[in-house]
Amino acid sequence: MKIAVCIKRVPDQDVRFKIAPDGKSIDQTGLKHDMSDFDGYAAEVAIQITEKAGAGEVTVVSIGSDAVQETLRKALSMGAHKAVQLKHDAEVHDGSAIAAALAAELKDRGYDLILTGRMAVDTQNRSVGALLAAKLGLPFVGAVSQLDTSSGSVKARRELEGAYELVECPLPAVVSIDEGITRARYPSLKGIMAAKKKPMEVRPAQLGEQHYVLESLALPAERTAGRIVGEGPDAVPELVRLLKEEAKVL
Amino acid sequence: MSNVFAFAETRLGKLRRGGIEAVTAARQVADQVDGHVHAMLAGPAGIGEHAAVLARHGADVVLVLEHDGFANYNPEALAATIAARVGSGYRAAFFAASAQGHDLVARTAGVMGLSYASDVTSFAFGGDAATVTHPGYTNKVIQTFRLSATPALISLRGGAVLPVESAKAGAVEAVSSAVDPGSVRVKVTKTEATGGAKLDLGEAPVIVSGGRGLKEAANFKLVEDLAAAFGNAAVGATRAVTDDGWRPHSDQIGQTGRLVSPDLYIACGISGAIQHLAGMRTSKTIVAINKDKDAPIFKVADYGIVGDVLQVLPVLTEAVKKAKGG
Ligand SMILES: Cc1cc2nc3c(=O)[nH]c(=O)nc-3n(C[C@H](O)[C@H](O)[C@H](O)COP(=O)(O)OP(=O)(O)OC[C@H]3O[C@@H](n4cnc5c(N)ncnc54)[C@H](O)[C@@H]3O)c2cc1C
Ligand SMILES: Nc1ncnc2c1ncn2[C@@H]1O[C@H](COP(=O)(O)O)[C@@H](O)[C@H]1O
Repeated sequence: MKIAVCIKRVPDQDVRFKIAPDGKSIDQTGLKHDMSDFDGYAAEVAIQITEKAGAGEVTVVSIGSDAVQETLRKALSMGAHKAVQLKHDAEVHDGSAIAAALAAELKDRGYDLILTGRMAVDTQNRSVGALLAAKLGLPFVGAVSQLDTSSGSVKARRELEGAYELVECPLPAVVSIDEGITRARYPSLKGIMAAKKKPMEVRPAQLGEQHYVLESLALPAERTAGRIVGEGPDAVPELVRLLKEEAKVL
Repeated sequence: MSNVFAFAETRLGKLRRGGIEAVTAARQVADQVDGHVHAMLAGPAGIGEHAAVLARHGADVVLVLEHDGFANYNPEALAATIAARVGSGYRAAFFAASAQGHDLVARTAGVMGLSYASDVTSFAFGGDAATVTHPGYTNKVIQTFRLSATPALISLRGGAVLPVESAKAGAVEAVSSAVDPGSVRVKVTKTEATGGAKLDLGEAPVIVSGGRGLKEAANFKLVEDLAAAFGNAAVGATRAVTDDGWRPHSDQIGQTGRLVSPDLYIACGISGAIQHLAGMRTSKTIVAINKDKDAPIFKVADYGIVGDVLQVLPVLTEAVKKAKGG
C-alpha cells in the first residue's frame, strides 16, 4: 500500500505557555518541538501496515518552515520512506487553506491511504482531515481508535461519548487517527542512521484562501491551589459540608 | 433577514444535550439578525418526536428527516443534505462539539468548500464575520479567531451556552435526504453504548475519575458507586488506567483524551500529570483524593483529602447518598 501521513510540528505541551508581545503568538523561548501526538500515532500505524505487508511505502508530509524537516526526519527514522516539506513560514490556522495545500501535494500520486491526526494538539482545530478528504473527493473516516485495511477496504472503530461505532468505506480513503490505536515508537539508532539517506523533497505550499484568521491569544485565569481538608475517611464530613455550603455542587 | 441552522444531534433515537445547546446558540444569533431558527432532526421513523423539545428551546422550524438509512449516523448523506440546505441564505449553522458533531461540521464544510470553527466556547456576530474563541495548547491558551465564511459553520463546546426554554411552538417540516442514504461510501455498521455510567463525560455535571491509585480494575466499582450516589455523574479515567485496559479509551480525560469542564470533578488516586490536567483543569470545582500529600493534583484541587482512596471512597459515597437525601 502507498500511504501518506500528514504531520504537524507542534511545541511540547508540558510547559506553561507565554504569549509573545504581539498578543497573537506563543513566546517560543525554551520551547521544544515534536510531531503532534496523534500524527505520531498515524505515522506508527502507517509504518506497521507496510512492515506487516513487507511491501508498500510511507510518505510523510508537513507544511511549515524549514524547522519541520527535523520532525519529518524523525518520522523517517521511525521507518517512513520519504518526506515532503511544503514550505510556508507563517503560521496558518485555516483548516481549509491547509487542506488545499496538502491536497495539491497528495492528489494524483496514487496513495491508497492518507492518514492525519484527529487534531493538532496545539491549535486543536480538528478540521484538516475531513476537509482534505473533501478536496481530494475521497471518503473520510474520522477519529478512529482501531483500523483494519487488510481486506482492501477500511474497517474502523470510532469512540463516541459512552459508546462506539463501527465504520466501513472503500480505499483510497482519508482516515484520521485517535487515541487508543497505538503509540509512536522511539527511533532506533539504526533507524536514525538510515533516515539520513532517505529523500526529503521541498516544495512551496499552495495554500488556499484563508477565512479563519487568528486575532489574539490570551491565558485563562490561573487556578489557585485550594486546601487540604483533612486526612483519610475522617475528612469526609468536612468535605461534604464544603461541597454543599461553599462550592454549592451538592 | 437570514436564518440560522442547528443540527439537533441524536444517538440511537435519543436527543443529546449538545443538540439542544446548538438550538440555543442558533436562537441567540437569529435574534440578533432577525432570522428564524431551523433545527434538523435526522434518524429512523419516530425521530420527529423530539421536535417539541427543540421548539421549546427556540426552534421556529424543526426539519425532520426520517428514514431508516439514518438509524445509524449516516455522515455523507447528512453532510450533503445540510450543505444543500444551509448553502442558500443561512447566516450560521451550529453543531455540538461531540464525536458526531465534530465529524459532521467538518464534512459539511468540506462539501461546501468552506472554512469553519470547531470546539467554540464563545461567539459574537458582527458585519459579515463572526468572532469566536476556542481553547488551544491543551486548553492552556484561549485563541480568538475571525471567521469570515458564510454561513459560519461552528461546532460548540458543551456548556458554552445555557439552554433556556421559551413558550414557542415551532412548525414541523418533513425533509428528505439530498442523496440516497443507501448509496454512500462511508457506512456506519454498528453503534453501541459501552455501558458503565449512564451519563457521558461531555454531558455530566459531575465527573468521578480514577487513576492508578485504585490499584486494580475491580476497584473502579468504588468510583462507579460514588458516581451513582451523585446520580448525575459520569466516570472518567487517566491514560495509565485506559492503557492498562481497566477502562475503555473513550473514558480517558486529558491531552489525548476528552477535554471536560464539569461543575465538579473528583480525582481519585490520580497524580495530576500535566497531560491529565490539560483535560480537566477548567472544571469549576476540583476535589482530589490521594495518599501522597505532594501529588501535583493538589495544586489544582479546591479541596483535597490526603488518604487511601480505597478507604475514603466508600465513606464519601455514603455521605453523598445521605446529602442527596437517599
Ligand atoms: C504524549 C502523552 C500524552 C498523554 N495523554 C494523557 C491523557 O490524555 N490523559 C492522561 O490521564 N494521561 C496522559 N498521559 C499520561 C500522563 O503523563 C500520566 O502518566 C498519567 O496521567 C498518570 O495516570 P495516573 O495518575 O492514574 O497514575 P500515576 O501517575 O501512577 O499516579 C497514581 C497516583 O495515585 C496515588 N495513589 C497510589 N495509591 C493510592 C491509594 N491507595 N490511595 C490514594 N492515592 C493513591 C499516587 O500517590 C499517585 O499520585 C500522556 C502522556 C504522554 C507522554
Ligand atoms: N501544517 C501541517 N502540516 C501537515 N499536516 C498538518 C498540518 N496541520 C494539520 N495537519 C494535519 O491535520 C491534522 C488535524 O489538524 P487540525 O485540523 O489543525 O487540528 C493533524 O493531526 C495533521 O495530521
